[in-house]
Amino acid sequence: MSEPDTNVMAEADVVSSQYKYGFISDVAADTAPKGLSEDIVRFISAKKNEPAWLLEWRLKAYRHWLTMPEPEWAAISYPPIDYQDAFYYSAPKSGNKPESLDDIDPEVRRTYEKLGIPLHEQEMLAGVAVDAVFDSVSVATTFKKKLAQYGVIFCPISEAVQQHPELVKKYLGSVVPYTDNKHATLNSAVFTDGSFVYVPPGVRCPMELSTYFRINAANTGQFERTLIIADRGSYVSYLEGCTAPMRDENQLHAAVVELITLDDAEIKYSTVQNWYPGDEQGRGGIYNFVTKRGACRGRNSKISWTQVETGSAITWKYPSCILQGDNSVGEFYSVAITNNFQQADTGTKMIHLGRNTRSRIISKGISAGNSVQTYRGLVRVAPKAEGARNYTQCDSLLIGSKCRANTVPYIESRNRTALLEHEATTSKISEDQIYYCRQRGLSTETAVSLVVNGFCREVMQQLPMEFAVEAQKLVGISLEGSVG
Amino acid sequence: MLSVDNLHVSVEGKPILKGLSLDVGPNSIHAVMGPNGSGKSTLAHALAGRDGYEVTSGTISLGGKPLLDMAPEERAGEGLFLAFQYPVELPGVSNAIFLRESVNAVRRYRGQPEIDAFKFLALAREKMKELGISEDMLKRHVNTGFSGGEKKRNEVLQMALLEPSLAVLDETDSGLDVDALRVVSKNVATLRGDGQSILVITHYERLLEYIVPDVVHILVDGRIVRSGGRELAKEVEEKGYAEYMAQAA
Repeated sequence: MSEPDTNVMAEADVVSSQYKYGFISDVAADTAPKGLSEDIVRFISAKKNEPAWLLEWRLKAYRHWLTMPEPEWAAISYPPIDYQDAFYYSAPKSGNKPESLDDIDPEVRRTYEKLGIPLHEQEMLAGVAVDAVFDSVSVATTFKKKLAQYGVIFCPISEAVQQHPELVKKYLGSVVPYTDNKHATLNSAVFTDGSFVYVPPGVRCPMELSTYFRINAANTGQFERTLIIADRGSYVSYLEGCTAPMRDENQLHAAVVELITLDDAEIKYSTVQNWYPGDEQGRGGIYNFVTKRGACRGRNSKISWTQVETGSAITWKYPSCILQGDNSVGEFYSVAITNNFQQADTGTKMIHLGRNTRSRIISKGISAGNSVQTYRGLVRVAPKAEGARNYTQCDSLLIGSKCRANTVPYIESRNRTALLEHEATTSKISEDQIYYCRQRGLSTETAVSLVVNGFCREVMQQLPMEFAVEAQKLVGISLEGSVG
Repeated sequence: MLSVDNLHVSVEGKPILKGLSLDVGPNSIHAVMGPNGSGKSTLAHALAGRDGYEVTSGTISLGGKPLLDMAPEERAGEGLFLAFQYPVELPGVSNAIFLRESVNAVRRYRGQPEIDAFKFLALAREKMKELGISEDMLKRHVNTGFSGGEKKRNEVLQMALLEPSLAVLDETDSGLDVDALRVVSKNVATLRGDGQSILVITHYERLLEYIVPDVVHILVDGRIVRSGGRELAKEVEEKGYAEYMAQAA
């Protein structure tokens, strides 16, 4: 499609001023007792009918976790988390293996319909396969047959453990080891489900893969585990979108995503994240402590992260690339929006190990209300990474006078041939811009949405079309009431 | 159409307009001329309802409706359009999105159905063709990196699409060379719809050679000191504002 046409159709329409997806559906949960212990880890593993090696791995992670202090270096503040005051397992009652969409709990389906993603329509959506995660267990997987024709495996990770143990065993924890950081280690011990993707050599995945995560049962931490492997010469685009119902207590979300590309392979990973951010006074909201990392293991391989972060009370997230293979490429495109009392410390790490490795970082931060936002990015060039290149662009947009934006770039180069560029800007939405738009009939909120979407454009362009529309709407919704 | 009665406006506490009255009938072109600092742009922004332009007394009505309690976007909906002296840049916002958002916002206000992307593009292309504007302008970001002439033509394009009942042209000639001025003025004349009125605010007479006014007003120190026909503009061009300023002082 030509550009103006798609842009016009992808335009943002601003909806209601409250968190649009704030509702709690009533599904009887099959829940583990509250708290965290070796017994809980064993309970989860047993529920999943896991092999001994995986239980062993979980237990090692749990024991290591007990020794780890809470990370305190990020520019975020929150009261100490009582890990014993949460549930670590809950599953919708309808069971683990529905034969078709008809087998799914009608309440679950209604929840999705409220979110605007009715599964029966999704099935027909051109080229989108959906592995819908409701709470912790996958309840629907579509398009599986078509993917199977190409040899693409796309299934809940719990299923992959049963069906493809050799792949899971080989790659799980190979990018994010169970000792990595407190949150990732907790995830390794208690992860309940998530997605698994394997694309065989030379295959271009015939459709965009997408998963919707959703927190539902009260007090249930979410510990999703995603593992994507693109074998030699393959390509896959994966979309992840999140919304969560409104509630008062803080909820811990500590996901881990691991990506692996072998020679000449490419993974494009896109996220639109809209967890409940708390109310206007900063009460409630999700703690989103995510570890996302990709390893470009092979030559000429590529990993591209695109994220639009509008939700969560606290975001702690640094999707990163380890550029191991010669000529490999890492990309990070990010839009982070914070409003009211949200806190976000987010950025990326580009670790250049191979020769002629290249990376590109485009970060757009928008702060409004009383929020605090930090871009934290590391570019490291190892001694052997001849000819490594990085381009970093960090732009901050401030709305109002009570918010803060920080930019913390770390650059470590141990190779003289490396070429590293860093650009940073900070700006405000001008009254002139708002007035100009209003004179053309637009409301202040539409004006802000337009200006901010314009500011984020380079990143939004990276999103697949169906996500771009959703993301542009989210930008508008997230900033409502921030001006005027 | 537009009726301004005894308007007093202060900016940052300083009185700028001091009892300005003006009536513009339907389907007519009025010009307000004045020296620097006489309050020309203040008049434009007070009409549009810009924050910081405090109306201390007087009234403004458009089509019989009082405007003063209305927000800028409501006034736009009522049919008031301001072509800016310095059109504002919106980096990253495509002109196509901006124009369609504007058109539909105004249509919603007027109780008209919104137009879809395809109809909008057809309409925009038709207007652009009439204006001799390259379609590239739809893809470009609003006023960003535009030349002075392109910015003013983009204003005229918006005016053509929004179909205002009253278009206020604020110093539309500033920053334009003679050729660009001729093109822009011709565009204004071409695209003027039925019943539309225009209020031209300008320092110089030259714009009025292309957009020929029915009535010319001389604004000095916040008041209209003289009104007359087209010949008044010529007179100002020859003699300057000194005489009027002396009268006002």
